Amino acid sequence: MAETIKLEVVTPNGAVLSEDVDIVTAPGYGGEFGVLANHAPFLSTIKIGVMTYKKGTQAEQVMISGGFCKVSDNQITFLVESAEFGHEIDVNRALLAKERAEKRLAAARQQQEKINQVRAEAALQRAMARLRAAGNGA
Amino acid sequence: MPSLKDVKTKIQGVKKTSQITKAMNMVAASKLRGAQQKMENFRPYADQFNAAMTSLSGSMETSQFPLMESRAVQSVELVVVTSDRGLCGSFNSNILKTAEKTIKRLESEGNTVKLVCVGKKANRYFRKSGKVRKAFVDIMGNFQMYNAREIAQDVAANFLAGGSDQVQLIYGSFKSVGVQRPASRDFLPIRPVIDEAAASGTEGVDYIYEPSPTEIMDVLLPLYLNVMVYHSMLEVGASEHAARMNAMDNATKACSDIIKNLTLIYNKARQAGITAELMDIVGGAEALKG
Repeated sequence: MAETIKLEVVTPNGAVLSEDVDIVTAPGYGGEFGVLANHAPFLSTIKIGVMTYKKGTQAEQVMISGGFCKVSDNQITFLVESAEFGHEIDVNRALLAKERAEKRLAAARQQQEKINQVRAEAALQRAMARLRAAGNGA
Repeated sequence: MPSLKDVKTKIQGVKKTSQITKAMNMVAASKLRGAQQKMENFRPYADQFNAAMTSLSGSMETSQFPLMESRAVQSVELVVVTSDRGLCGSFNSNILKTAEKTIKRLESEGNTVKLVCVGKKANRYFRKSGKVRKAFVDIMGNFQMYNAREIAQDVAANFLAGGSDQVQLIYGSFKSVGVQRPASRDFLPIRPVIDEAAASGTEGVDYIYEPSPTEIMDVLLPLYLNVMVYHSMLEVGASEHAARMNAMDNATKACSDIIKNLTLIYNKARQAGITAELMDIVGGAEALKG
């Protein structure tokens, strides 16, 4: 049995996940990074995207948005504003949200509204991350 | 002496009122449980967040972050968080009183004061004062992080643009089911979180930072504001329900007191009526005999 690392995902609505896993892959500031057991202390910001963890032969995908993650004492903690399991995501809703966000983005670009553009972009990223986590690669 | 019918109607009216207050009491109790649960759920996030902030901010110059920069204070912004609904005793008016006092104090020190009202009650109270910069209403019912984020972003943007030099948060803090107190805390500029353990150097963990600590702080500081706003919204939510529960409990008790008194009056009036009728009958019978 390989060594494991404790994975915790905490959101403002409570702890979502607390499990011993083999490997965690997450979208960090400088791109995807993987964490195995006994990783050195590490602190990184997290981009909107898909976090993957493996436990034995089982892999699970979780959509996470904005926050940061901390690795210390063989424990990895994600502090994110929201986290959703891939199998719990409503694909149709995410698809609709993606279309909506694309429209808003186009409209905002035309009118040169900086704030709306940023918001629409974030919404689009979230929708796409959801789809990816749900396994409907976009 | 009120007539029998008047008293009876009144008793029925008060009974109905007490039914309503009792129902409201029970609704508030169950909502309080929900709100407390939310606070409970939020705690690990806040704790972890503070821990990370502590380990980061202790080692850094604060002046390089615009959100932490302390300026000479000329204009102060108050974020007043109240509930959207009333009928919860003196809970909202206590917060508003504290806000009013703070405004007076700040103005006497020569500052200009602007307000951001969160919750209908604050907005109604201050809307005619001309000090309200922005109001967020109808968001206290369901506690969503994005509501808190919107408020935090708006306040921070105004602070960065120079619209305010200092921001304070005034809200109702939840001490226990029986006790809720108005409280205020500094919001902006953000003060470095200093923990004794970290300050004395017992925390020897050397993190690898990605990106640099400074850039991480740039991301964390706005999030920290979200956390603060969200926290105060949760506290106000829980306090509101606790306060309403107590207020409605008192109202129900007052109702049963009134009903007791009215029933006494009713019975007295009824007896007096019967006695009078008997006297009439007896009087009539005597007259016939004669």
